[in-house]
Amino acid sequence: MISMIRDATTIARRNVIRISRVPEVMVFVVIQPLMFVLLFAYVFGGSIDIPGGSYREFLIAGIFAQTVVFGATFTASGLAEDVQKGLINRFRSLPMSRSAVVAGRTASDVVYNLLSIIIMSLAGFAVGWRIRGSILDAVVAYLLLLFFSYSFSWVMACLGLLVPAPEVVNNATFIVLFPLTFIANTFVPSDSLPGILKPIAEWNPVSTLTHAVRVRFGNLPAETPEPTSWPLQNAMLYSLGWAILLIVIFAPIATRLYQRTGKR
Amino acid sequence: MDNSSGNNYVGEFAVEASGLSKHYGDVVALDGLELSVPTGTVLGLLGPNGAGKTTAVSILTTLIAPDGGTARVAGVDVIKEPQRVRSLIGLSGQYAAVDEHLTATENLEMIGCLYGMRRPAARKKASELIERFRLSDSAHRPLKTFSGGMRRRIDLAGALLADPPVLFLDEPTTGLDPRSRGELWDVIRERVEAGTTVVLTTQYLEEADQLAHDIVVIDHGRAIARGTSQELKRRIGGEHLDIHLALLTDISRVEAIVRPFAIGAIRTDDQEVLVSIPVSKGIEALGSVMAELSVQNIEIVDIGLRRPTLDDVFMELTGHKTQEEQT
Ligand SMILES: Nc1ncnc2c1ncn2[C@@H]1O[C@H](COP(=O)(O)OP(=O)(O)OP(=O)(O)O)[C@@H](O)[C@H]1O
Ligand SMILES: [Mg+2]
Repeated sequence: MISMIRDATTIARRNVIRISRVPEVMVFVVIQPLMFVLLFAYVFGGSIDIPGGSYREFLIAGIFAQTVVFGATFTASGLAEDVQKGLINRFRSLPMSRSAVVAGRTASDVVYNLLSIIIMSLAGFAVGWRIRGSILDAVVAYLLLLFFSYSFSWVMACLGLLVPAPEVVNNATFIVLFPLTFIANTFVPSDSLPGILKPIAEWNPVSTLTHAVRVRFGNLPAETPEPTSWPLQNAMLYSLGWAILLIVIFAPIATRLYQRTGKR
Repeated sequence: MDNSSGNNYVGEFAVEASGLSKHYGDVVALDGLELSVPTGTVLGLLGPNGAGKTTAVSILTTLIAPDGGTARVAGVDVIKEPQRVRSLIGLSGQYAAVDEHLTATENLEMIGCLYGMRRPAARKKASELIERFRLSDSAHRPLKTFSGGMRRRIDLAGALLADPPVLFLDEPTTGLDPRSRGELWDVIRERVEAGTTVVLTTQYLEEADQLAHDIVVIDHGRAIARGTSQELKRRIGGEHLDIHLALLTDISRVEAIVRPFAIGAIRTDDQEVLVSIPVSKGIEALGSVMAELSVQNIEIVDIGLRRPTLDDVFMELTGHKTQEEQT
């Protein structure tokens, strides 16, 4: 266990060094969240009506949730690149802990997401978003975002070890992540969604994550009716439950996939 | 100087493999390969593209599992205790596996840490090796600014970093310039002198000749010849006389001229308009053949003596050229 932590730290340190050296990654980490905040705030900001509140205020939690979910794809592309460059085989020939490569990667990707969240918070602040709850609640909201993203990184780790080339990662994830983050209450209240989309959105963990964060930031418009679905009523618990479930299921799978990489 | 004596394996054979086989679908990559490498010696695995060299190295370094057979490295079973094997080996694969965004020092330090070394020790060892490979000036640049040969040397340094008792080097000198190649050979010799066992693959007979105590020639996943480089060379003849002709129609006449000097099979190549023969007394044969060619008025483009190559080995051992085996 100690050697596993040691090795994972070595791998995580390596990944963090890379952050500053790979400008393309910084584009995704900085520009993309910035663009989302500005686009939604100014393009849709005026046309979407939130009863009893401002859309910009409502929006930020949704963008946070969407960005950390998309941020998890770094785990997939990073690992896929390591497979392609032969580094995974190099690691597999070393006497290191067998779960350290993936554990180190998922851990270091938290740093990416932390950077994204800081940029988004500053951008949000610039367009008028404010934390209206207590500082403690805000800290809880930030931690929840990071933990959810961390758990999602384990799912993405499996994908990264399965795809034949890093380029495939984006195509594969977009197909899943766009519906996941849009059929939700991220950009519009779930009550406004039609027919079957409404229950889907209500049970979508991205919705509950958004809702929990929105509540903790004090960004829920005053006139919002009490949620009627169980997941939204217990948004914090439900989101945490999902996060833990994802780790429990996908961490062992990712470790197994790592060991099998290259064996084919 | 390296102080790796505490690390060495003391058993008789540092690498032993028996009946190794591996299939990829219909392709037979290894077909019952047998190897035994005495501790403290260098084994050269010699073979053309697709012979199974990398597959053999991958099995011995625990990267892939064989379909059949057994293997022990430094006395440890590679299938049953892969993790223990990993702490006893250093691997440099056929293609440099380095992190392009890290500097040379950072790459090696990381590998050292993953071998379980403390960071300061890993860093010290890294800078020693970087200096040994003449890369000190570039030690703090990301590897993506390195040339292919420089990356290759960092990859090799990674294999040597922890002073493992057994080294596996897959085509270690491919892509290196002659000077770097010679230096790498020196580094390998030093290690072997200190007791390290080395398995290296190569496509060049000369390299195996320079370094290896024993050579195993493999083709289609099985050993087709084994012995010291002296023994192999005796089998295929010491030198070759190559005669490039101006006219294809002269080939049969030239064959008749050289026959008395040939100590093995004569090879002719219509495409290159070439006649190639293994000879024992090279200079003598060259003089006599040239005299006879001029008497008979046969026009030549080029004539010369050269040392045997892998192609010659294959010609002699299998009766066909390496290229013709590709499917
Ligand atoms: N992952 C794989 N999937 C399918 N076939 C493979 C795979 N790896 C190797 N092979 C096949 O196994 C055979 C042996 O390959 P191997 O890489 O061991 O040869 P090699 O001697 O190292 O060749 P080279 O000199 O080109 O490196 C080849 O026919 C190759 O096509
Ligand atoms: Mg190979």
